[in-house]
Amino acid sequence: MITKRIIPCLDVKDGRVVKGVNFLGLHDVSDPVKLAQYYSDNGADELVFYDITASHEERALFTDILTRVAETIFIPLTVGGGINTLADFDRVLKCGADKVSVNSGAIRDRALIGAAAKRYGDQCVVLSVDAKRVDGRFRVFARGGREDTGLDAIEWIRRGVGDGAGEIVLNSIDTDGVKRGFDLEMLDAVCQAVNVPVVASGGAGGAADFVALFQTLPKVDAGLAASIFHFGEVTIPALKAALAENGIPVRR
Amino acid sequence: MIAIVDYGVGNLFSLRSSLARIGAKAVVTGDAETLCAADKIILPGVGAFADAAEKLRGTGLGDVVVRQARRGRDVLGICLGMQLLFDRSFEYGEHAGLGLLHGDVADLSADIPAALKVPHIGWNALHLTRPEHPLLRHVREGDCVYFVHSFYAKNCAASTIATAEYGVSVTAAVADGNVMGCQFHPEKSGRVGLNILRAFCGLEAAV
Repeated sequence: MITKRIIPCLDVKDGRVVKGVNFLGLHDVSDPVKLAQYYSDNGADELVFYDITASHEERALFTDILTRVAETIFIPLTVGGGINTLADFDRVLKCGADKVSVNSGAIRDRALIGAAAKRYGDQCVVLSVDAKRVDGRFRVFARGGREDTGLDAIEWIRRGVGDGAGEIVLNSIDTDGVKRGFDLEMLDAVCQAVNVPVVASGGAGGAADFVALFQTLPKVDAGLAASIFHFGEVTIPALKAALAENGIPVRR
Repeated sequence: MIAIVDYGVGNLFSLRSSLARIGAKAVVTGDAETLCAADKIILPGVGAFADAAEKLRGTGLGDVVVRQARRGRDVLGICLGMQLLFDRSFEYGEHAGLGLLHGDVADLSADIPAALKVPHIGWNALHLTRPEHPLLRHVREGDCVYFVHSFYAKNCAASTIATAEYGVSVTAAVADGNVMGCQFHPEKSGRVGLNILRAFCGLEAAV
């Protein structure tokens, strides 16, 4: 029986882990390598690293950190942020990433997912989508949630999977940072549209939100969160104990 | 010394790092002489079977692996590397493997309920069908390991030492004498995976 994955997400800027609340107001949290080791030792099933830097020098610093993380921990690593070209895929895969997450880059270059899937395999390409309700529809937002692309999220995700995206990370801007639970309605719509793994992101406030996620939507494969893990509001062992008590298969 | 076969398929960063982590002396090589000098050989691989099999043939490294295996050197295939040890694969046509293990590699989606997603991606529990096997000496029943694959080995009951449940009993680890393989990625399976690599390398387990 395949287990549900619990994935802490680490946003990295200037060599440090930060976490945005509703994408605004960044807090410095900790050293990425130490945090990655901590999570790996404490039952994280996978880690996501987002490079939220912009400059060239910072990007080099990010890949140095990624290399150190990949030399230290031996669980799957997904890397996102600033992935715009096949060269970006290459750069992070060489540093030990297993999966590469594309977001705005796939919106700018509609051929990117297809080309990456062909070169590295579907399992390597993750389509990350920031979506928000606009006029009763789910709309794709770009550039860290600041720009309305006008794209319908469900159509966009269906198309991404058709092009070869092997996994979807759905981040609901509506629930992100609010800590009242995942966006079950939006996630359900995505799960019904595609048959690749779906990772829920945005809104977890506690263990009960993960239990509700996996009980309500058995097709969701994983739950991702950042601040509640970084600030110790929920520990992964306690979260997994709560999931197991509710009959949800987890790796212990 | 352990040789990781570099035949131009996939990314060997994590495998190399994981062997360094457990203190095993390992080299990544595409050189036949270095391969022949190694005590143990690891055959990695990701991607398509036909492409990888062609590269093993083209470089001549497939023949070296077969020869060394027949001379009694320990060989561990990982993921596609495990599949390549078998007689043949039906991944987009029929393709010959190295023939060190008897069985076929087949499409997982044809053998499991349609509701299950393919690739089989994630952490799945191991059922040890031969728990006494040395490769599994640090592994317990139910330990989880990380899988990423769409095809799987079948008709290989004789060499199967562990399975995982995913709509069908998926061949997870195999062994026939000195020839061994894991469908999952030990280098991505945390403590359990590192301990499997330790077992292959003849090292003691660590927590």
